[in-house]
Amino acid sequence: MSTLFVNARLLDPASGLDAPGTLLVEGGRIAALNPAQPPAHAERIDCAGACLCPGLVDMRVGLREPGEEHKESLATLAACAAAGGVTTLAALPDTDPPLDEPALVEFVARRAAALGSVTVLPYGAATKGCAGRELAEYGLLREAGAAGFTDGRRAIAEARTMRLALAYADAFGAFVIQHPEEPSLAAGGAVTEGFQATLLGLPGIPAAAEALMVARDIRLAALTGGHVHFAHVSTAEALDLIRAAKARGLRVTCDTAPPYFDLNETTIGEWRTYARLSPPLRSEEDRLAVLAALADGTIDAVASDHQPQDTDAKRLPFAQAEPGGVGLETLLAVTLNAVHAGHLRLLDALGLLTHRPAGLLGVPAGRLAEGAAADLCLFDPDRAWQIRADDLAGNSRNTPFDGRPVQGKVLGTWKAGRRVFG
Amino acid sequence: MAEHGFGRQVGRRRHLLGIAGLDPGQIRAALDLAETYISLNRQGGPRDVMRGRTLMNLFFEASTRTRTSFELAGKRLGADVINMTTAGSSVAKGETLIDTAMTLNAMHVDVLVVRHDQSGAAALLAQKLDAAVINAGDGTHEHPTQALLDALTIRRHRGTLENLTVAICGDVLHSRVARSNIHLLTTMGSRVRLCAPPTLLPAGAAQLGVEVHTDMRAALKGADVVMMLRLQRERMRSSFVPSAREYFRFYGLDAAKLALAKPDALVMHPGPMNRGIEIDSAVADDLQHSVIQEQVEMGVAVRMAVLDLLTRDLRRNV
Repeated sequence: MSTLFVNARLLDPASGLDAPGTLLVEGGRIAALNPAQPPAHAERIDCAGACLCPGLVDMRVGLREPGEEHKESLATLAACAAAGGVTTLAALPDTDPPLDEPALVEFVARRAAALGSVTVLPYGAATKGCAGRELAEYGLLREAGAAGFTDGRRAIAEARTMRLALAYADAFGAFVIQHPEEPSLAAGGAVTEGFQATLLGLPGIPAAAEALMVARDIRLAALTGGHVHFAHVSTAEALDLIRAAKARGLRVTCDTAPPYFDLNETTIGEWRTYARLSPPLRSEEDRLAVLAALADGTIDAVASDHQPQDTDAKRLPFAQAEPGGVGLETLLAVTLNAVHAGHLRLLDALGLLTHRPAGLLGVPAGRLAEGAAADLCLFDPDRAWQIRADDLAGNSRNTPFDGRPVQGKVLGTWKAGRRVFG
Repeated sequence: MAEHGFGRQVGRRRHLLGIAGLDPGQIRAALDLAETYISLNRQGGPRDVMRGRTLMNLFFEASTRTRTSFELAGKRLGADVINMTTAGSSVAKGETLIDTAMTLNAMHVDVLVVRHDQSGAAALLAQKLDAAVINAGDGTHEHPTQALLDALTIRRHRGTLENLTVAICGDVLHSRVARSNIHLLTTMGSRVRLCAPPTLLPAGAAQLGVEVHTDMRAALKGADVVMMLRLQRERMRSSFVPSAREYFRFYGLDAAKLALAKPDALVMHPGPMNRGIEIDSAVADDLQHSVIQEQVEMGVAVRMAVLDLLTRDLRRNV
């Protein structure tokens, strides 16, 4: 079975390729870029000048199966991913029960593999039950396929536990992902502390809660030699610390999520619970600092931090509503907004969504290379549309981007050469 | 007034969800109308402004004076008043706020007075209900009728709400009364000084257009009005302040501190008071300065005025 993509604008951020061309897929793998003599029997897909890039790699996705399938099952998650051009995703272990058992890690990966449209790389729990006390079995979890270790939406609070986690994970070639938020400063908080929180009468979390945890864990990475990765970094101060740590050669990496460079705290308006996220939306100054850190390479990846919540969890007074927003389907479009606004070059933006997170996860995804799996995303970079919660594919439609105009639309997604969307 | 009405339009009705967003004309009109109700109340004459209308008091937090005040205001205007407390109700059985709202909507309540421990709860109800919603206190957000009755009390003594210096002292961080009063007094052209220990000052307070003090003597110097806020005892358990005696020593209003304010300064408190914690009994009961009882009387008149203004559209439609 051969497929030939013609009239494509081929984009491979890993090699810097950005040129018109054709791409040949055979047996689920990329057989050739610009083949001299494509097989005559190949199915032809006319891309009509649209962009063809590696399927996106999303390194932070909240999982609701097992435990909360009514919010999102693996099947609906896969549909969201396909609609967003995502062909590989790493899933958080803070499910119910948490992924702290090798069998659970295998269960999730196997269930997702059976669906066939997206590779799901589960993270293992950093601590048993994601409870923050005893380390989980990193060796056994790693053998079962854990892509790294994290307690998901909970910070690893104690310095000693984090020290042990970083040191121990390194022995198994794994990194530790931190939700960087000092828990005692964040307790009870719903929004970023400041004037707007005061006006709304909402309990605030000081933005410094992020920098405090980042500073501590950078020091622990230096102490242990381990690799710490900070998720959804959202403040200028934390990014400055990470930039400096990288300059010192420490094993420190980070990602951010689209809300933190596309929205700021004013999106909350008057208690819009769909804009309640964790970490909370920040000031405009912090948003601009995130864009700058994307542009200068401080940030290693853009991840959706997809967190499905049902309406029962959101239709509540603000501080009682669950935090989190869905993001798989809007990941590319919102990231392209930063390209259209002149903050990022297209190839750099795609690199943050493909080979760079794949490198962190240690998987050979995210490249248009001969022999690589034919995971592909076809998109029109210029098509304007409006994000509408009601149009989203998943079970939960709690997007903070409802009504946001964007430019750039996924036209088709292929997993191992098979069309799974569009 | 006739052009845009009182309060804020959400859906089909106008609501009073907060002082923020009201302009000086709206505030003045509400206070002027309240003035007329003061004298009517003293004459005891019944009114028919809300005859055939239903007022529901829905209190998710304990309250004596505010609930009673709204009940009295509604009855004096001729409304049918229903009090719903949440203990033993479907709310106690786990019903969500929105489900409660939909239930009430089906009962065709005309005005819903709501108190809730969550900021934004009144606005959430206003989105879902056909009734006019009056916020009787939502979390640490606003308590607009308290600010209006405070303003009416001040205006009756000072003749104006402009160019006064008002010190608001105490647990500003957790106070919806403080937020509503800040909005109202700054909107009307007075200077507001906030005074609290740093642990009880909200972030960004200076951006509210107020002076921020941590030294009560500086805050009270030359003030026309001293508003004291209630300090909840649980704030001591969570270490916002170390002890009641230390709090009273530095942030409690006593005669010595009051002497720094203007000689005829007004002393106010939204109640219920913690005597010996935020206010000395001798000051609270000194009728040379204290207008705390008068605030309660003004409360009924202000709530009658608010109910009148928010139901005018119903009378026009009849």
